[in-house]
Amino acid sequence: MAEFIDLVLLAMLAITALRVIFLKDLFAVVMLFGIYSFLSALIFVSLDAVDVAFTEASVGAGISTVLMLGTLALTGRKEKKNENASILPLLVVGVTGAALIYGTLDMPPFGHPDNPIHEHVAPRYIEESPKEVGLPNMVTSVLASYRGFDTLGETVVVFSAMIGVLALLGVVRREESAPESGLQSHRVLHVVAKLIIPLIILFALYVQFHGDFGPGGGFQAGVIAAAAFILYALVFGLPMAFAVVEPKFLEKMAAFGVLLYASVGVYSMLKGGHFLDYNQLAADPVAGQHYGIIIIELGVGITVFAVMLSIFYAFGSQAERSNVQ
Amino acid sequence: MNFIFDYYNYWIVVFLMMAGFYIVISAGNLVKKVVGLSIFQTSVFMLYISMGKVSGGTAPIVAEGVTQYSNPLPHVLILTAIVVGVATTAVGLSLIVRIKRAYGTVEENEFEDKDDAI
Repeated sequence: MAEFIDLVLLAMLAITALRVIFLKDLFAVVMLFGIYSFLSALIFVSLDAVDVAFTEASVGAGISTVLMLGTLALTGRKEKKNENASILPLLVVGVTGAALIYGTLDMPPFGHPDNPIHEHVAPRYIEESPKEVGLPNMVTSVLASYRGFDTLGETVVVFSAMIGVLALLGVVRREESAPESGLQSHRVLHVVAKLIIPLIILFALYVQFHGDFGPGGGFQAGVIAAAAFILYALVFGLPMAFAVVEPKFLEKMAAFGVLLYASVGVYSMLKGGHFLDYNQLAADPVAGQHYGIIIIELGVGITVFAVMLSIFYAFGSQAERSNVQ
Repeated sequence: MNFIFDYYNYWIVVFLMMAGFYIVISAGNLVKKVVGLSIFQTSVFMLYISMGKVSGGTAPIVAEGVTQYSNPLPHVLILTAIVVGVATTAVGLSLIVRIKRAYGTVEENEFEDKDDAI
């Protein structure tokens, strides 16, 4: 049965990808990409990767799609027909694909418990992490504790992406009262958005602080919280959103998240341990792990939230500017 | 038959990867290229997650009466990769916005007329 679901989902993914190749309407392409992300989130669920599915659904289908639509608003929604279409790309893709398929034949068969990937560190994580770190969700244990250094690096990458986007686009603020932005006249949207936004934020907080026990964590929570504010900005217009959360404040918030994460590392060094050695944070090592993970997940959540929202601000304010001109 | 069941997952993932790759090299529109790149990226994620799957296993969250868990390590790597992926996609899209502003087009073959091929 699992194989059947898997096959159906994979077939739907293949159809979506093929449609994207032939469509010239970029709005439809972006929407299909959102569908592609949702389908792959389903695949991740059926492959037991619930945390990954959570992230893919909120990031891939949510934020990516919004950003791509924001770009389309500035660049136009039609792809021009390519006159000198050649056979060369097809040939390159065919050869690469054949080489990769040949490569998979040397891979261990799908799903066998004694594949090489399941030896070495993985059994240790599965058997020891509930005792050493004391959390039921092994993904959170590995992410925040065993590979905490790695996650710090990724948080810094997300932060530097924000610097890149702001350096390239910047957030444009219009002082004079321009034509009404957002969907001001849609009363139904206003009412529904006002009802939904608090619930989304509540859910984000749940995902943030329950990530130790179930699927979730700082990355997902940050994106979901950002989605609530993006919804607000879309429905009520950017100036209103700026009044709620200042773009300048977001920049400081993103930096604060990274610094909060790094300061846990420095603090554990001051206590006589290694960088990000949470065992030093409390008298009882397991309690120390708990404190460390909650704080660094909070740092990740704050940074991801601030970065996603300020990237949206950057794209949104460009689109509004071009509409006014 | 067993042979197909052992590998079909990888093969379809390779097909999806190649669909993304084809969009990247054949599309003229830069936004569509970014979509292709994202499709490629998501397929790579699927390859990693497929490798971490254990038949009969369950999600790596401790539960009563479960002995077989799937491998949590690829999940961790891919989870962070997804967020980094959207961040880099955002940088790519903002480059496209700047290109549009500087050259007035995001179609690849239109740059060549202007001696500004990228």
